[in-house]
Amino acid sequence: MKVAVSVTNLVKTFGSFVANDNLNFEVYKGEIFGFLGANGAGKTTAIKILCGLQRPTSGEVKVAGFDIYKQTELIKKNIGYMSQKFSLYDDLTIQENIRFYGGIYGLSNEEIKSKTEQYIRELELEEYVKSMVAALPLGIKQKLAFSVAVIHSPQIVFLDEPTSGVDPITRRQFWEMIYAEANKGRTIFVTTHYMDEAEYCHRVSIMVDGIIEALDTPTQLKKTFKAESMEEVFIQLARKSTRVD
Amino acid sequence: MMNKSISITNVSKHYGDVVALDQISCTVNEGELFGFIGPDGSGKTSLFRIMTSLLLPDSGSVIVDGSNVDQDYKELRKKVGYMPGHFSLYQDMSVEENLKFFAGVFKTTIAENYHLIEDIYKQIEPFKHRRAGKLSGGMKQKLALSCALIHKPTVLFLDEPTTGVDAVSRKEFWEMLAKLKKDGLTIIVSTPYMDEAALCDRVALMQKGRILSIDSPDHIVQNFPHQLYSIKAKDIYKLMNELKTFDSVHSSYLFGEHLHLVLKKGNQIKDLIFSLQNSGIEEIETAEISATIEDCFMELMQES
Repeated sequence: MKVAVSVTNLVKTFGSFVANDNLNFEVYKGEIFGFLGANGAGKTTAIKILCGLQRPTSGEVKVAGFDIYKQTELIKKNIGYMSQKFSLYDDLTIQENIRFYGGIYGLSNEEIKSKTEQYIRELELEEYVKSMVAALPLGIKQKLAFSVAVIHSPQIVFLDEPTSGVDPITRRQFWEMIYAEANKGRTIFVTTHYMDEAEYCHRVSIMVDGIIEALDTPTQLKKTFKAESMEEVFIQLARKSTRVD
Repeated sequence: MMNKSISITNVSKHYGDVVALDQISCTVNEGELFGFIGPDGSGKTSLFRIMTSLLLPDSGSVIVDGSNVDQDYKELRKKVGYMPGHFSLYQDMSVEENLKFFAGVFKTTIAENYHLIEDIYKQIEPFKHRRAGKLSGGMKQKLALSCALIHKPTVLFLDEPTTGVDAVSRKEFWEMLAKLKKDGLTIIVSTPYMDEAALCDRVALMQKGRILSIDSPDHIVQNFPHQLYSIKAKDIYKLMNELKTFDSVHSSYLFGEHLHLVLKKGNQIKDLIFSLQNSGIEEIETAEISATIEDCFMELMQES
């Protein structure tokens, strides 16, 4: 299998605090990889490093084949990113947001025009075309944000709690979009607090206090930890945390 | 007949053209742990702000512990504790200063009501000189809850206390609520996590400013109107797309490691399995299952 992300002995410290303590893992092309952990376990730090926004203290990291120390600009061109907190500009319209992100990633005017038409059609946004993104229902906004995050056909897309607060039907439509993208060969790196969504991932890692405590398919993790659900697996592992939170 | 702690009658609220609440009516009993369950934008926060007298409804009335939110707001505010969705304590004051401040505003002292917050506050007391802004998420939440309880309210409002919180901390938070409920406090909580509904005595399922259903979680689940199946196959994505092409399928959607499936009336699961096998779907497993709150919520959303 082709490797999309490889992490070897990754360490990140802030003063005496060890945010990431010797992480080792690989994510494969076309894989939906769930990156789970309790609040404060070190997920955000690791994601920032993988996106080329922060340098590790030590270790080797390659994202989309590029080196995290020397090729961060190439990494940024080859990844997409969205989160619940930051995705689209509220005070721009749908079309303006698409044009903005398309422009940033160097798409031609033709491409931007066709992407705009495609997204409006596929996500059934006709009635919202003229409205500011702030006026969109959260679920629609998040589906659009995901489309925009892959506008430049990145090899890997990072999704940081993309479905928090989204209604259950739209949440599933969002995951159907994720499956469709993964099926095209795009790698999906996703965090979530919804444990049913952990079951949708091909493989899941669970971080506790800066260490990856478990990494496997959901089926295998449930076997290993003799658990009925991923929620039980998560609770067994995260309860071990000794960090004050 | 149980005493009513809260009576909400025909409450509506608009922001310009946006309808936040549309003719909401609901009652909460004294000592009840009551949940408003719904996604972002369903109107939960508007309703909480109205119930705590921070926002006036356009129409309708709300009475909380005998006080009308409109005329009797001064009385009402002494009786309710409110923990808003966003951390709203003083970031540049210490843990202890925040708690002292809230006790002082309500003309009481930490010592007088310490027993009410002891279980929760003692977990953050070692950090009482730390500024609130420097606390971790879990500690902020415990401080906010302590501050909402220090004046001995009869009704506690918690607006999305567990949003963005990991599964372990969420579990611990609900354990804290169960303890508070034992002391007779009426607790109103909102959450977008459907699985948390099961931890409430009764819930109102909310969507787009309306209440879809009010009942105990058990009743809601029992009233699911269809036979529900779980189904899985070797390639779940292929199965998901294939199921969409069948006329006999009422609904099918991802649910954990399976899909959940409801057939239209008069159709048999064995016929569906046979057709799926003919379409090249391998390793099909199905089971008859009971609905969860989330299944019910989605069914109600589709009906409305």
